[in-house]
Amino acid sequence: MADTTATANPETPTAGEDGVRRRDFLDIAAVSAAGIGGLAVVYPLVSQMAPSKDVLAASSTEVDISSIEPGQAIKAVFRKQPLFVKRLTPAEIEAANATATGSLRDPQSLADRTKEGHEDILVTMGVCTHLGCVPLGAAEGEVKGEFGGYFCPCHGSHYDTAGRIRKGPAPTNLEVPEYEFTSDTVIQVG
Amino acid sequence: MSFPWARQYEPKNGLTKFLDEKLPLPRLVYNAVGAGYPVPRNLSYFWNFGVLAGFFLVVQIVTGVVLAMHYAANAQVAFATTEHIMRDVNWGWLMRYAHANGASFFFIVVYLHIFRGLFYSSYKAPREMIWLLGVVIFLLMMATAFMGYVLPWGQMSFWGAKVITGLFGAIPIVGEPIQVWLLGGFAPDNAALNRFFSLHFLLPFVIAGVVILHIWALHIPGSSNPTGVEVKSESDTVPFHPYYTAKDGFGLGIALLAYFALVFFLPNALGHPDNYIEANPLSTPAHIVPEWYFWPFYAILRAFTVDFFFVPAKLMGVLAMFASILLWFFLPWLDKSPVRSGHYRPLFRKFFWFGLIPAMIVLFICGGAPAEEPYVILSQIATAYYFIHFLVILPIVSSVEKPEPLPYSITEAVLGSDKTMVKGENTAPAV
Repeated sequence: MADTTATANPETPTAGEDGVRRRDFLDIAAVSAAGIGGLAVVYPLVSQMAPSKDVLAASSTEVDISSIEPGQAIKAVFRKQPLFVKRLTPAEIEAANATATGSLRDPQSLADRTKEGHEDILVTMGVCTHLGCVPLGAAEGEVKGEFGGYFCPCHGSHYDTAGRIRKGPAPTNLEVPEYEFTSDTVIQVG
Repeated sequence: MSFPWARQYEPKNGLTKFLDEKLPLPRLVYNAVGAGYPVPRNLSYFWNFGVLAGFFLVVQIVTGVVLAMHYAANAQVAFATTEHIMRDVNWGWLMRYAHANGASFFFIVVYLHIFRGLFYSSYKAPREMIWLLGVVIFLLMMATAFMGYVLPWGQMSFWGAKVITGLFGAIPIVGEPIQVWLLGGFAPDNAALNRFFSLHFLLPFVIAGVVILHIWALHIPGSSNPTGVEVKSESDTVPFHPYYTAKDGFGLGIALLAYFALVFFLPNALGHPDNYIEANPLSTPAHIVPEWYFWPFYAILRAFTVDFFFVPAKLMGVLAMFASILLWFFLPWLDKSPVRSGHYRPLFRKFFWFGLIPAMIVLFICGGAPAEEPYVILSQIATAYYFIHFLVILPIVSSVEKPEPLPYSITEAVLGSDKTMVKGENTAPAV
């Protein structure tokens, strides 16, 4: 479309004293209109590939945490991805708090990563921040890594009891999704 | 091939010189739709519709690929995913309405393109191959549009699929096995839906291929023009760019205004409300009609209501419907008049405007109307005229008609005189 008006016949003898022809105005106006029209077409064509309304509507999950014993974790599904909900033992909380936050690759304290009054409930995505594998350590008998939290078998990332990256290629701590306690025993994620 | 006075492509900078040696795409564009393609100077807006048809083919492919990202060709969910596109997918409603109305506009511009070809006899030598390829494109379009209409899996989709595949059931002996084979079952179901989706995705690219051949064939003799007089000298032509890129661009602007008026304000005006009811194999809608662009041919199909000797009416209708289009393949040899343009053919012109066009309008109206009187008798008369026009009237007219004097050249037709004209030659039928 744009090239339809890109050049006019250079012989058109209507140039004024300043060398600007009436045709130049038409050229610029037409090409600009075509350009804006083109952008208006590109926007929906790009946007249609983003998550649709039904996908976004399904991105909220409720999890009942009443049956999780200290030291246990459960896996739930949030946005079609695994979600780890773990009740920490006092020893695990202590281990997490004993670590100097400043020495971490992604400095966060356990309190930063839990809700006030529920410091023993650690909710993280079960998605390694390196390349997206599911770390081990949530289920009974799985390897928990050198720091007693989670271990990603794909490329060897070790997470501590607060789900923070301690060793291996992962750049950041396991993501803590947005969630809230709707009651003492139920959390709503997303 | 091009005219000897065509401007030559000259790569100007390092990049275009490099490309010109390795892959001369800029040269191809320059010679095909650029300043290197001389075109008759007198083309009217009727010569816009080829470019517009190409444009709508692109619209259909782009929006169609998008829709295929969200649609599932499974009888269980096809209808639901269509609604999912309308309600959940970002801009999905726009994509689907643009696609559905894009099909209608594709047919509108192609019908005007064919109309132009019929009035100006664009099918005559040396352009027979362009016409034949055009008929192939039209047949492929019809198949593609039909299968696309089945995909939403509404009531019209389902019963359209059943009725159209039922056409093949009219063939004696092998008809029913063919219909079952086409559907992959005894009625349209998952198997049919899946293969229709597959072919509906494939055929547009086949169309694009034939379009390339169509344009290639066009560039050998060059475009026809409203006088039908062939290009004689440089003064008869102007370079395609900027003259016709600008003219086509303007025409495209007008077409887009009409198109988006429909997409945004009357998106379902050309559709049928019954197709928003999910397919139900146990209940046929009271009045089933194909999409509007099939109405004339549907009228021909239904015009045959009694058996002809030993040929059943059903088979006659099917044969007539296919014949009404296959007929176009023979048009270059049915119309023998050496004069192309209808402007210089007084008798042809009368039959065209007062015979063929009214017959097509009647067929169009009858095809969309219920199968009852007076539509049946009207479509029978119009069908009879349609075939007589092409098979009898056109050959006779071309031999008895005395054409009006043609201009010496395109330049003379436009400017009133031509410097290259030899005195006394302007009365000769220069074709």
